[in-house]
Amino acid sequence: MKKTAIENIEITLLLDAIFERYGYDFRHYSRASIERRVRHFLSKSECDSISGMIPKLLHDESFFDIFVRDFSITVTDMFRDPFVYQSIRKNVVPILKTHPFVKVWHAGCATGEEAYSLAIILKEEGIYDKTTLFATDFNDGALDAAKKGIYALENAKKFTANYQAAGGTTSFSEYYHARYEAMALNQSLGKNITFANHNLVTDTIFGEMHLIMCRNVLIYFEKALQNRVLNLFSDSLVNGGILCLGTKESLMFSTISKLFAPMDENARLYQKKVL
Amino acid sequence: MTKNGYKAIVIGISAGGLAALSKLFSFLPNGFPLPVIVVQHVAATSNRFIYTLFNNKCRLTIKEADDKEEIQAGFIYFAPPDYHLLIERDETFSLSIDAKVNHSRPSIDVLFESAVYVWSSGLIGILMTGANSDGAHGMRLIKEHGGLIIAQDPKTAEYPVMPQSAIDTARVDKILSIEGIGEWLRDDLVHLTRDVKNESRSG
Ligand SMILES: C[S@@+](CC[C@H](N)C(=O)[O-])C[C@H]1O[C@@H](n2cnc3c(N)ncnc32)[C@H](O)[C@@H]1O
Repeated sequence: MKKTAIENIEITLLLDAIFERYGYDFRHYSRASIERRVRHFLSKSECDSISGMIPKLLHDESFFDIFVRDFSITVTDMFRDPFVYQSIRKNVVPILKTHPFVKVWHAGCATGEEAYSLAIILKEEGIYDKTTLFATDFNDGALDAAKKGIYALENAKKFTANYQAAGGTTSFSEYYHARYEAMALNQSLGKNITFANHNLVTDTIFGEMHLIMCRNVLIYFEKALQNRVLNLFSDSLVNGGILCLGTKESLMFSTISKLFAPMDENARLYQKKVL
Repeated sequence: MTKNGYKAIVIGISAGGLAALSKLFSFLPNGFPLPVIVVQHVAATSNRFIYTLFNNKCRLTIKEADDKEEIQAGFIYFAPPDYHLLIERDETFSLSIDAKVNHSRPSIDVLFESAVYVWSSGLIGILMTGANSDGAHGMRLIKEHGGLIIAQDPKTAEYPVMPQSAIDTARVDKILSIEGIGEWLRDDLVHLTRDVKNESRSG
């Protein structure tokens, strides 16, 4: 048997071990990314094979902590894909405005940049005060950073450009103050945001939401798992509620596609039909 | 798949890529037997215009790779701007926004490495004009797994750093001009014979 085929078995065993021991279920994640991360982690560890890491992961919780932090990728930006936020302003906000209160679920929020971006839009549109934003992720380290809302100052230029391209109505510098090498977002932006741990694979639905944003999380899942999570979103939305996915993600091949109408296909905005 | 066991071609290219690729693609005939998968370094915000530009000059269908899309011969796939492109064992694509690798997303190394684990000796890697060394490591990995690697002759490349780094890092099988690569793909690839008996899947 070829070495890469054996390694494939080792990865399967490793993912099984992690699930049985810790309940984190990576078994149906896109395998190529998983494989890349496992190899990367192996090269930094003192183990000499993938299966050699299994005993250590089973018995040494601190080793697993490092592993899981390494394993969940939290790369994100403020106003990533500015045209999406523009479309939210134009197409979604008018609908949200008709509700007496607004509930938003931001799934896979990583270190929080997108949740704060949405908060800024809602603020500028005058509906932030009646909004509750649940921002969830399964990575506690990322959630801690998200709660603080403090980012590296070197991002300020990119975030500012994105903010403007997203149709921001004031100056982005209104929303943070720079100190040392960091930009700290205004505390008031986090006022109505609740950051909480939620695992999309193993936890259940999340209330009657008007808007769910989940961008660049589904690409990390296999098709069947994508479909399951999309069903979870569908079940968590009110009739007429809106789902926003990443620009390379789609409802098209899922079993919920018939329940939704595209609102802006380019921005991956879909509205749940009123049945 | 070709008779001699090749299953896919991966191409890495950066600065100077637009002109070089449109020339290279003009050599590929109808019915070209292998899927061609390209990582070209482009700005995160670049639009899709370049693909339509290529389409006019090329007999194969050029498209941006979609997440979980099945990989087929007759197509030339490009990594979407700002996403890494990876190959799954069932010969479909996956995308990721993992951190940049070699300051790049998409990264050539990310594509080449994941492709090696799927196609091993059935993979052909080509590294062309560019001003950095993303892809060199991937080229070496392809070679180590018995695949075939080609570097654009740095003397003929608009930016020689990238193909040169492949030549410095790996034992490159062929060093050719763009026309040379195009002619080799068109005329020689399908007639090549080589021993692939001991490389069968079950092994
Ligand atoms: C690449 S980030 C995307 C961040 C942001 N939405 C964006 O598009 O910029 C993916 C996030 O999904 C989270 N994630 C992955 N699997 C998850 C799961 N099963 N449950 C909850 N969050 C998950 C990761 O921790 C990570 O923060």
